[in-house]
Amino acid sequence: MPEYQNIFTRVQIRGPLHAGVPVAQGPWQREGQPFFSYLLGQLGNAQVGPFYLGTLGVLSLLSGFIAVEIIGLNMWASVHWSPILFIRDLPWLALEPPAPADGLRIPALNQGGWWLMAGFFLTTAMVLWFFRIYRRARQLGLGTHTAWAWASAIWLYFVLGFLRPLLMGSWGEAPPFGIFPHLDWTVAFSLRYGNLYYDPFHMLSIVFLYGSVLLFAMHAGTILAVSRFGGDKEVEQSVDRGTASERAALFWRWTMGFNATMESIHRWAWWFAVLTPLTGGIGILLTGTVVDDWFLWAVKHGVAPHYAALYGSVTDPAKGTQP
Amino acid sequence: MRLNGISLIALAGAFIVAIISVLTLTRPPVDVISTGDPGVGMQVLYNPHQVASALGINQAPPVLPAIDAGPASSTVYKNVQVLGNVSTGAFTRLMVSMTAWVAPQQGCTYCHVAGNFASDAKYTKVVARRMLQMTIATNVTYANHVGGVGVTCYTCHRGMNNPSQVWFTGVTPGSGTGLAETDMGKNLPAAAADGSSLPSDPFTPFLLNNDNIRVSGTTALPSGNRASIKNTDWTYALMMSYSQALGVSCEYCHNSRAFNSWHQSTPQRVTAFYAEAMLRDLNSNYMVPLTGVFPAELRGPTGDVAKIDCATCHQGVYEPLFGAKMAVLFPALEGVGTSAAPAVAMTPAPSDTGGSSLGNAPGAAMPAPMPSGSGTTP
Repeated sequence: MPEYQNIFTRVQIRGPLHAGVPVAQGPWQREGQPFFSYLLGQLGNAQVGPFYLGTLGVLSLLSGFIAVEIIGLNMWASVHWSPILFIRDLPWLALEPPAPADGLRIPALNQGGWWLMAGFFLTTAMVLWFFRIYRRARQLGLGTHTAWAWASAIWLYFVLGFLRPLLMGSWGEAPPFGIFPHLDWTVAFSLRYGNLYYDPFHMLSIVFLYGSVLLFAMHAGTILAVSRFGGDKEVEQSVDRGTASERAALFWRWTMGFNATMESIHRWAWWFAVLTPLTGGIGILLTGTVVDDWFLWAVKHGVAPHYAALYGSVTDPAKGTQP
Repeated sequence: MRLNGISLIALAGAFIVAIISVLTLTRPPVDVISTGDPGVGMQVLYNPHQVASALGINQAPPVLPAIDAGPASSTVYKNVQVLGNVSTGAFTRLMVSMTAWVAPQQGCTYCHVAGNFASDAKYTKVVARRMLQMTIATNVTYANHVGGVGVTCYTCHRGMNNPSQVWFTGVTPGSGTGLAETDMGKNLPAAAADGSSLPSDPFTPFLLNNDNIRVSGTTALPSGNRASIKNTDWTYALMMSYSQALGVSCEYCHNSRAFNSWHQSTPQRVTAFYAEAMLRDLNSNYMVPLTGVFPAELRGPTGDVAKIDCATCHQGVYEPLFGAKMAVLFPALEGVGTSAAPAVAMTPAPSDTGGSSLGNAPGAAMPAPMPSGSGTTP
């Protein structure tokens, strides 16, 4: 009898290749002949394709491609078009936003103009992708939960790259497009505004992020544990609980006195995931606009204690007084 | 075992992870040294391998026995502009020591014209005289930074003609002229900032010019601080250079809970603060005026003179040569018997807050030593 033993699916269920339900009338049809892939079957479903691109999909991919091209070519130019340096230094390279002195003006292309353009096309790509998955869900008669979860991620991106710079009056406040540079930006952001860990919305975001991980582990662990009783057929069990579902529920009632249901666990997971960027975005939006130093804000409101001088009387030598 | 596709993918993944780990991570162990009250999280991190290698290259050289005999050197030698009132015994001892510190291979004639030691024909002698003045000024004016350790020629030179740890001005950010965005002064591996993608020349704005280092908020709510995230990148890079130069982690000076809070910082932060004005003074009043004196091959890509930052003296150690007190063994380097006024007027650069100059700083007392070990402070 086949069994699950590791993170790879050892059982590959291969029915006849199928194209799925008919697409509603439109200019686009599904593309490509579906086929089976052994390797992809180890991770998920062995059938690949057909794909549905559609108008929104094509436009979204095109916008994304333009953005990646602008970012990549500027990165490549910054190492004088050396292919070796481009690969070796890729994590360090970036497309930098305009200088703070430029405010909200549109600067020359090589002074941040490319950054604005890349940001525009990347945002367009993500928003088009939102409408694409919204429309695909509707076409299949699904709810639009995935689209709104994606919208929550767009919100955080939008706050970082557009809304907050707008409120601060400077495009230069936004993060650069680059692997290490955007991480440095994150640290610099926290250094400038007195430690983001004291931002309550950042705290909430961390709660939901770590909570998502915890819920994911609890749920996945439960389902894998009862899969020997058919517990992986979650959808049927939402309406017709079988022994797997009953055992899973009993397990958690024995462990912590309370259990989620086959349906409610997914609401928990969805909200935790959605609230992570939603609260994070609020925390970023408040930083610099209404709060200038989160540590001092936290001390003022009793979130953090006031720490006494740790080493006798170290004072600011430029002032000669305690700040 | 038969290698199937999955095993190959797993092996390739493990290989990539191993390569990245070996290239980027520091080999364990890491020693954690608590420097504050229990619970405040003030811990300095040291890597024993790095400390051992730093110990190897940061040993003070043997010092000649002290001599202070004979008439003032200016009564015996010609063209002695700085050490004129120093006894000939002490003068000769210092000259011999300087040769060992700076030009052990070339000897006296690295700076002096053979047969006419009074001549200023060699540029190295002109530089050496100015560097002597700089050393004395550092020990006399900036005792608030160099303390009892002080500096000698050896602190930077380490037996070499030119100190190994110097810096030159980098590209001006945004100076690229092509259609693409290039020359941003950051987003490339930056040696000065510990190999990060931070600004690669954090020295010119802060240790030559007097740009504002302090970017953090000082009030809970906005009150006019317009420092940008980009400003912060430059300060961050400067701080990484300090950390690298001293071989210490952030908590040597700061409490990372609130980096800008002085009353939660260690006394070492005050010492470091005084270094900033000192370096601006040394770079702009001693090094930059010598630009034309140096031959072109010793200057930087833009023709600028080699300049000083923390690493020039510290070379990876929290106190140069692990705090060996060399300067006190050479009283002339601490200003005893030297000409009071340097050849060029000394104008200490103002502090980084743009406030009063350091020369006027009230009661620049030396801070208390770092509390030791895991001991508690009352």
